[in-house]
Amino acid sequence: MLLAFIVRRILWTVPFLIAVSLVSFALIQAPPGDYLTSFAATLAASGDEVDQGRLEALRERYGLDQPFLVQYWRWISGVLQGDFGISFEWQQPVANLIWERMGLSVCLALGTLLFTWAVAFPVGIYSAVRKYSIGDYVATTFGFIGLATPNFLIALVLMYIGVIYFGSDVSGLFSEEYQNAPWSWGKVLDLLAHLWIPVIILGTSSSASLIRIMRANLLDELHKPYVVTARAKGLSEFTLLMRYPVRLALNPFVSTIGWAFPQLISGAVITAFVLSLPTSGPLLLQALLAQDMYLAGAFILLLCSLTVVGMLVSDILLALIDPRVRYQ
Amino acid sequence: MSVAVTDPREHRTAEQASQWKLMWWAFRRHRLARWSLYIVVALYAIGALAEFFSPFDPDAASARDVFHPPQAINFIDTAPDGSWTIRPWVQGHRLVRDRFTLEQSFVVDPNRKIYLSFFGKAEPVKLAGLFTIERRFLTAAEQGERFFLFGADRLGRDMLSRVIHGTRISLSIGLVGVAMSLVLGLLLGGISGYYGGTVDMAIQRVIEFILSLPTIPIWLGLTAALPQDWSPLTRYFAITIILSLVTWTELARVVRGRFLALRGEDFVTAARLDGCSQARIIFRHMLPSLASHVIASITLAVPLMILAETSLSFLGLGLQPPTISWGVLLKEAQNIRSIAQAPWLFIPGGAVCLAVLALNFLGDGLRDAADPYAQDGR
Repeated sequence: MLLAFIVRRILWTVPFLIAVSLVSFALIQAPPGDYLTSFAATLAASGDEVDQGRLEALRERYGLDQPFLVQYWRWISGVLQGDFGISFEWQQPVANLIWERMGLSVCLALGTLLFTWAVAFPVGIYSAVRKYSIGDYVATTFGFIGLATPNFLIALVLMYIGVIYFGSDVSGLFSEEYQNAPWSWGKVLDLLAHLWIPVIILGTSSSASLIRIMRANLLDELHKPYVVTARAKGLSEFTLLMRYPVRLALNPFVSTIGWAFPQLISGAVITAFVLSLPTSGPLLLQALLAQDMYLAGAFILLLCSLTVVGMLVSDILLALIDPRVRYQ
Repeated sequence: MSVAVTDPREHRTAEQASQWKLMWWAFRRHRLARWSLYIVVALYAIGALAEFFSPFDPDAASARDVFHPPQAINFIDTAPDGSWTIRPWVQGHRLVRDRFTLEQSFVVDPNRKIYLSFFGKAEPVKLAGLFTIERRFLTAAEQGERFFLFGADRLGRDMLSRVIHGTRISLSIGLVGVAMSLVLGLLLGGISGYYGGTVDMAIQRVIEFILSLPTIPIWLGLTAALPQDWSPLTRYFAITIILSLVTWTELARVVRGRFLALRGEDFVTAARLDGCSQARIIFRHMLPSLASHVIASITLAVPLMILAETSLSFLGLGLQPPTISWGVLLKEAQNIRSIAQAPWLFIPGGAVCLAVLALNFLGDGLRDAADPYAQDGR
């Protein structure tokens, strides 16, 4: 039963991924003119000789004179073999540029997810159990402000505080000596030392909404008869809470992966730009501004696929912990 | 029997009140939502009458006032002989240049007071392009004098006037965008909920798909595809369309859910048995009971639009500089050097937070009030 559910869910993902790739490709295609026009313009701007023969060869290779679906087919079959085309701005294959940045993006998103859980779990339980206490009001206020403030504004304010009061620059993910260094333990530790700032910035709004969900769910459970029964049997308040109502209220934590992931990936683009993090966001933005479409398309495709996969993971986990989902 | 005469207006019972009245009562109990309503109305009024409320032309640059710090407004004016009058004024500032570094900075000039007047005369402007007004909400008593309640930006333009003009664009983009997503959401959500079956299934999959996409990369991709030479107005509408391409999904879900719930209600069955046409069932019987929920979800969708526009413009892919929106203004606060030098460039961010918070509370209150028959479980 469970296996059947998982298989069905995975099969559902395939059309979604195809749709995602179509959307990404349509976005690459959307600007007027094709890449070669902008490529020729870039070459001309930098004073290079525009070699018509080379342009023709490129046009042939990417099938730019072909209809949309043919071009899409060429692009996507390249992507499946790991060839994302070339970046006209960087003059290198796109695949060389994206992987490290995508890795850091995933790192950031996962770190933020962990942070969100770590904050929302205790705070949500606390504000439900001590409803209308000062702590609950503080959490609610924090939650509303977290929801209303755009991420990039929090980033700017933190940067301002960092510069004015601590005299340090909080942007970036690495210290200078590790900037271009190969990966090592030192670099990983350095990354962790820098990662917490963007994690907090990105995590505020999702933890705010998760706290509200957790509080509401737990409040629904707390007054049910089984809780009263357990209490009457003399279970300690803490064991009681953890063993029954919290477990039932936990579902949203798993389904967060589904809805928070797209939001995190989205929010990360802007925050990363403000803090100049070496993740996918700033490069995507630069690529879009320069109309470097293969690079932008690769990022959009990967970011969207990431969220589709996030949905898949969250649905499967949900089915694992909650039999009601499985048997629907 | 007592013969106390009761005012018939006090004798209001739930049985006699119309549904809208019940909602209004439920809404009024929600104090935070009521205050938010006042704030939202005030913000929209400021946006609509931007020319009247802003003391100066938002595009008037002045080289002398680059990064002029904000001046606090005082209401009590004390004369040297100790007497005082109530009159608004601000302390004048003087530009000084460091003799060695040639760095410019502003110092308070204790001898200079700039008097202000409410509803004073100023340069005539066209209000929203319709008719000319000569008076402004707040002006310098002496015409031509500049004052900066919110400071000045890197070209010496008055931030207060710019924030007020930004209010117009930022708040209206929320409304226009929501209106567009409302059309899509009502149409597709209604079809999905009313007909059910395969159509419903297909529309639901599309909605799920859109919801699973990270919005900002998609929006960035779409706005990057807009031609650069479009006029500000065309760009404005293009961006609202782009924003509503994603946000209609939430509305469609609400509409569908309500339609599904209403389809089984007794009054709809009764209407059908009475031989009402399908259009009459939908427009006369189902839509009115949907309206309150739709209004609540619209109110909750507006702040999302505002945040989205702010983010896009902040990145330079949304509205472009001759247009003033909060996002465009925040773009100036992008690099650490300018915000360290002029922290008042953050003020538009405060405006965004205020508007978004107020609209969220208002939406929450409306949503709770939308179903006046529901047991109050808060």
